[in-house]
Amino acid sequence: MTGPSCRQALTPFFLAALLITGAQLAATAAHREFYLTQLILCAYYACVVLGLTFLVGYAGQISLAHGAFFAIGGYATAVLTTTPLRNSTEPWVAWLERAHWLARRPGLYGGEILTVSPWAAFLAGLLVACLAAVLIGLPALRLRGHYLAMATLGFGLIVYRLLLGSAFAGAADGITGVPPLRLGGWLEISGRASVRVRNYYFAWGFALLTLALLRNLLVSRIGLALRAIHDNESAAQAMGVPIGRVKLQAFVLSAAIAAAAGSLLTHTNGGLGPSEASAMKSVRYVALVAAGGMASLWGALAVSSILNFFSLRGWFGTLDHAVFGALLIAIVAFAPGGFGFIWRGVGLQRRLFRPRKKRLDDDPRNP
Amino acid sequence: MLQVRNLRCGYGSLEVIRGISFHVAAGEIVSLIGANGAGKTTVLNALAGLLPPWSGEVRLQGKDLSAHPPWRRVLHAMALVPEGRQVFGDMTVMENLLVGGYRNPQRRRAIDDSLKLFPRLRERAHQAAGTLSGGEQQMLALARALAAEPRLLLLDEPSMGLAPRLVGELFRLIRRLRDRGVTILLVEQNAVAALQISDRAYVLETGDIVMEGLAPDLSNNAEVRRAYLGKGYKEVWE
Repeated sequence: MTGPSCRQALTPFFLAALLITGAQLAATAAHREFYLTQLILCAYYACVVLGLTFLVGYAGQISLAHGAFFAIGGYATAVLTTTPLRNSTEPWVAWLERAHWLARRPGLYGGEILTVSPWAAFLAGLLVACLAAVLIGLPALRLRGHYLAMATLGFGLIVYRLLLGSAFAGAADGITGVPPLRLGGWLEISGRASVRVRNYYFAWGFALLTLALLRNLLVSRIGLALRAIHDNESAAQAMGVPIGRVKLQAFVLSAAIAAAAGSLLTHTNGGLGPSEASAMKSVRYVALVAAGGMASLWGALAVSSILNFFSLRGWFGTLDHAVFGALLIAIVAFAPGGFGFIWRGVGLQRRLFRPRKKRLDDDPRNP
Repeated sequence: MLQVRNLRCGYGSLEVIRGISFHVAAGEIVSLIGANGAGKTTVLNALAGLLPPWSGEVRLQGKDLSAHPPWRRVLHAMALVPEGRQVFGDMTVMENLLVGGYRNPQRRRAIDDSLKLFPRLRERAHQAAGTLSGGEQQMLALARALAAEPRLLLLDEPSMGLAPRLVGELFRLIRRLRDRGVTILLVEQNAVAALQISDRAYVLETGDIVMEGLAPDLSNNAEVRRAYLGKGYKEVWE
């Protein structure tokens, strides 16, 4: 269509696939396969950042609740797949089981426990995240300006506090013992070392698929509408773009991606804690979007994978959150175009990545 | 085609348009002329729905549009070429045109048709719109509106910032659009050029329509000549 040619668009995918395969081979050869565990988590976090890049960089709306959406997906999975349905004589339980929404598995102390199946829990997480996004977005996106940022900040804090204070969500301890999510016979999403390599490729495949989906959306009709809104809201409106609805769709999609990543990460880790929903996590995602270049999906993927890897390896120690906060300040103050300036400097960017359309400091509407 | 009755609107508590009524018949070129700050752009923005009207009625082909949001008004075949072009600078020429035809299921054909009018834009189809010259951006703003295949085209100061040679070209083009069946409401400060191609005109002064008539009559009217055409100042007043 109107984007760059097919070959140009596919090159970064090939490079990414090479890099991903290379990292796995190197880790296996060096008997450091445990690095892959962090890289799997990186891939899921990168999905959240990609979804947020779509929203911030292209739709021009800032969300400070992506940590909360991630946690909604994760907690839906964790709570539903670990809470045994005791009153299994109830008619609705029988109905759910007939509809294959439930799963039985051997309990820790023998016997059999009946819970919601991981797939149903995954879908429930998506559904709750989408509903929450609609409820926040509907009023906030009708207004111009940063109302979405304020509304999502409030929402994120509420979700965090609710998770922290709710016994069913494990309060400050979170939830552990989440069963694996089975994808056919050969793959299960879990933290077991025997499926680590498969999980690694699944996670990165999922991230690249998310990127491809968003990239295609950007050159589609709705993507054009989003970029037009970002560029000039009233002109877009005068051209017939229903701005409220398009922004809401982008927000809901972005929230759903975060929830899906949250659910998959919970299966990988076998559990999660309330810190996933904390405001600092949400700020971290925004910082990574900014560092990736605001409107650059590949930049977001690269920067978020690298920094999250260091963070998960514990390089930043107790300064973990401070590093990301400082990063946000540094990016805004010194390099509004994100880390893109590094490869722009070397002249690689033009060949490897889609040229960035403009620098953010040309645009007074961005903070 | 378009009937406006008692339209009042403004910004905040400031009333800019004080209950004006006018109409545009199908196939006409009607211009709205007036000095700076008379409220011409405000009228067009209110028609396009970008500014909520305080009261009054806007009817397009008999349908009341007052309650419609701007993006729905486009469905009634009305398109606006906003003041100062307002092309989407980060997007390519082609992407701008595609957004222009957002509500038009036939957008591909419409874009092709409008590119025939502007061969220069076709050459630059994959160039970012922000890199075009002022004249080219004005063409793009016009082509973008035409991608919606409007029956009523609202033009806001299309000659602003254009070289005199281009102004002539632009106005000839507006005439051609009318000959192809597009009704045109033109807002201009360049009253001389506007009156030359218009059928009728309204003179707007501080939010009121103070005069209306056939374009040739208005361009001969002593008062209009004095106030807006800058002609005969001495013979009328001294």
